[in-house]
Amino acid sequence: MKPFEYHKPQNKKNAIELAGKTTMYISGGTNLVDLMKKHIHEPDKLVDLTEAISSEITVEKNGARIGAMLSNTALAENENIKTDYPLLSKAILKGASPQIRNMASTGGNLLQRTRCPYFYDTTMPCNKRNPGSGCSAIKGFSRMSAVIGYSNHCVAVHPSDMCVALVALDAKVEILNTTGETEIIDFINFHRLPGDTPQKDNNLPEGAIITAIEIPRNSFNSNFEYLKIRDRESYAFALISVAAALVLSGNTIKDARLASGGVAHKPWRWSKAESFLKNKEATEENFRQAAEIAVADITPLKDNKFKAPMLTGAIQQALLNCLSNN
Amino acid sequence: MKINHSYSRRFFIKSSSAFAALAFIPLTVRSFFNEVKEKYFVKKQKIPLSVSINKKEYQLEVDTRTTLLDLLRENIGLTGTKKGCDHGQCGACTVHIDGDRNLSCLTLAVMLPGREITTIEGLADGDKLHPMQEAFIENDGFQCGYCTPGQIMSAVACVKEGHTGSVEEIKEYMSGNLCRCAAYNGITKSIQQIAT
Ligand SMILES: Cc1cc2nc3c(=O)[nH]c(=O)nc-3n(C[C@H](O)[C@H](O)[C@H](O)COP(=O)(O)OP(=O)(O)OC[C@H]3O[C@@H](n4cnc5c(N)ncnc54)[C@H](O)[C@@H]3O)c2cc1C
Ligand code: SF4
Ligand code: FES
Ligand code: FES
Repeated sequence: MKPFEYHKPQNKKNAIELAGKTTMYISGGTNLVDLMKKHIHEPDKLVDLTEAISSEITVEKNGARIGAMLSNTALAENENIKTDYPLLSKAILKGASPQIRNMASTGGNLLQRTRCPYFYDTTMPCNKRNPGSGCSAIKGFSRMSAVIGYSNHCVAVHPSDMCVALVALDAKVEILNTTGETEIIDFINFHRLPGDTPQKDNNLPEGAIITAIEIPRNSFNSNFEYLKIRDRESYAFALISVAAALVLSGNTIKDARLASGGVAHKPWRWSKAESFLKNKEATEENFRQAAEIAVADITPLKDNKFKAPMLTGAIQQALLNCLSNN
Repeated sequence: MKINHSYSRRFFIKSSSAFAALAFIPLTVRSFFNEVKEKYFVKKQKIPLSVSINKKEYQLEVDTRTTLLDLLRENIGLTGTKKGCDHGQCGACTVHIDGDRNLSCLTLAVMLPGREITTIEGLADGDKLHPMQEAFIENDGFQCGYCTPGQIMSAVACVKEGHTGSVEEIKEYMSGNLCRCAAYNGITKSIQQIAT
């Protein structure tokens, strides 16, 4: 690790005052400490946010508000979240391990970096780590890579499970920028596609901090599923994951949400499939067609062609589980 | 072609006089170099730290880069906590912070003032082992023993959290602790025994 100065501001205003080109924030440290050990991030100044931002959670009539410092465990185990936003609980509990979830913060989870193996291997070219050096995954081993929204500069996927549920639930990200203003960013616009600047994972302005996540009130708490497929059954990142949620009136679908992890540089919403499902009957045949609509848009790479049938099956199964799980 | 690797006497005399000359670089040049170094390289930062480990207070001075795992093993000499991967992937370094299980390899020591840390050394009550330690012995919860301190710390937390409803639940909530010897059945049995 490169030497660094350590700061622990007591409020968010003091935190942003410390922002600068070589400053980085730290919350749970589960991603950043690892990246610093590997010299992938080398801040000169490390700003500990644990006392500067809130870890409070409130669930009220119009929605939920989650302080960015709340741990992944505390969020997933919160009784109100379990009853009103159970999809979020389920997605979080499918990620990492109990120890890591205890440490990881809500804000840090959004900003965790990709798990593309070449990003972590500093002996290999990688445009995300070292812009302009090339992408090793495109010509190399692309089994874990994206199937949609990638560019010829980067084919990495965003690794979070929690974010897949948040994008499905139309969440919003509250941030504090370096001029001291609070901004709200729709979750779906928070993360970005790689284009020709894959070094940028998201649209958070430089030096800004995430202060809270908001989720509007919805009725997706009875028919939902988070299905995650991975190389081992626990403590592994997703090959494919699907967040599905339905609002039913009798057997008619009044509203649908469908999102995936393990497919793109950002948590991905399958909006065409969602519109198709609206006002249709909740039948196996309609679920099959919705899955086909989603999968029609993907273009797998050399080593991840298996993701097409896997995704088709996962979407169908997740939708079916919405009817029986709860 | 024969390559001669030995250095000639002439080369030796020349180069040693060059090194000797370095000693005479004027002080001004040296201080200029130090100034440049200070400007472009961040110095190691050592800061005072008071932490509470196994109910004992420690006053230390640590490099900001020190992880809790290295603090325990290198600075304090509590070597019960093990370093498996040093990257959050194995659970061997699991300790309790304010009663919750955490990975000490991904925790910076400087972030810890005011928190209570418990390691495997703090689990027993004097000579009396913690019931989970007894259970691991009874149920063959280990073979080589390297992952065991982390497994036991995680197991104690798993019971406290109440994630022991079924074998499947125990396995899911113990998945953050890998065992190269695959003593998993004994570990699960130990936890079941304590939970009931
Ligand atoms: C072995 C392992 C397995 C894992 N498996 C999974 C998995 O299956 N699914 C999954 O979803 N995740 C998984 N994770 C990732 C884990 O969820 C993330 O590392 C964690 O959520 C990051 O949160 P943190 O608070 O520790 O972030 P940190 O490491 O503290 O920070 C991460 C980044 O966010 C920045 N940052 C943190 N907080 C803020 C803030 N409030 N405002 C602005 N910037 C901020 C930091 O500067 C840094 O760049 C795994 C991690 C490990 C180590
Ligand atoms: S896919 Fe992206 S992160 Fe992976 S090697 Fe290519 S540029 Fe780097
Ligand atoms: S040493 Fe910390 S998880 Fe492996
Ligand atoms: S007992 Fe050998 S690694 Fe677990």
